[in-house]
Amino acid sequence: MKILVVDDFSTMRRIIKNLLRDLGFTNTQEADDGNTGLPMLQSGSFDFLITDWNMPGMTGIDLLKAVRADSRLAKLPVLMVTAESKREQIIEAAQAGVNGYVVKPFTATTLEEKISKIFERIEA
Amino acid sequence: MFTAMEESRRLVLAKQLVNQLESGDSVNAEHTVDLLAGFSENNLFQEVGRLTRELHSAINGFLLDSRITELAEREIPDASERLSYVITMTERAANTSLAAVEAAIPLADELGNKASNLASEWRRFQERELSVEEFRVLSRKLVGFLQIAGEHSGELHGKLSEVLMAQDFQDLTGQIIRQVISLIQDVEDKLVRLVRISGGLAGSDDTKSSAKLEGPVVPGIDQGDQVGDQDDVDDLLSSLGF
Repeated sequence: MKILVVDDFSTMRRIIKNLLRDLGFTNTQEADDGNTGLPMLQSGSFDFLITDWNMPGMTGIDLLKAVRADSRLAKLPVLMVTAESKREQIIEAAQAGVNGYVVKPFTATTLEEKISKIFERIEA
Repeated sequence: MFTAMEESRRLVLAKQLVNQLESGDSVNAEHTVDLLAGFSENNLFQEVGRLTRELHSAINGFLLDSRITELAEREIPDASERLSYVITMTERAANTSLAAVEAAIPLADELGNKASNLASEWRRFQERELSVEEFRVLSRKLVGFLQIAGEHSGELHGKLSEVLMAQDFQDLTGQIIRQVISLIQDVEDKLVRLVRISGGLAGSDDTKSSAKLEGPVVPGIDQGDQVGDQDDVDDLLSSLGF
């Protein structure tokens, strides 16, 4: 399971990577916004994307839309982990095809729950 | 400054003045001088009047600029609130980390002490210095230690995870501080425009801020239609068929 973590704050990327390691996912890579993340997704065989929303350069929502628009990546499961918690934004993300949405600050349990839920749904 | 008509009228007056002076008509000459002076005075007054009107409308435009009202009434107080929240969050993170560290250190110490204790007894066993009864005691101690080691390592992992999670403040406060920095830049822009108005006259170059991202929820600040917590997010998503 190869996972890409996209967030402009390196501390948050480290937190998420450590939580993923605790959950048994050790193959993770990082990007600091959509502009660096998208080429990585396109050239590497990632199985899962965790992205922030508000980032300079390409935002997470634009990254999500770009992923869904790319035929090779369209089915990639995407979890959004963000401080953006406006109703209209959650709806926008849902409409853009997000698989899960976690608001910051979050707990390790919440992250675990959402990730396992996404995989359950994919396997079902 | 003068129109062609004014110029020719001035020329006429000037010639008239020369004639009057040459013929010694000093009374009328003085009147002509007054008329000539009136030209530049009128122009000066007109110019001052025009500048006054422009300054007036520029200042009015500045006051009517809705951004200024918004900055003064909402965003500056909001910024103070946001910065106070940054203090709260960093304090909370520091306290969480310190508490976890304070709880973890005795666990690590206990493991270390028990291990070195057992190590010296184990050396005695290897050198065949232990009686059968002493070995039984050592063996019980070993079992106890292995159990404690398992428990403590779980607890230590938990405490370290607390420290890990507490670091999320950096992302959240970072986002809030960025917003305040951009607000300060906005205020700076407005102040620069005010200075321009009082110096030269500046045209209005207002740029309306587009729909912006709100960032982390700050208690006590209205950020629009925000959801409360993760449960609300889940409810909203499940209402959308997730």
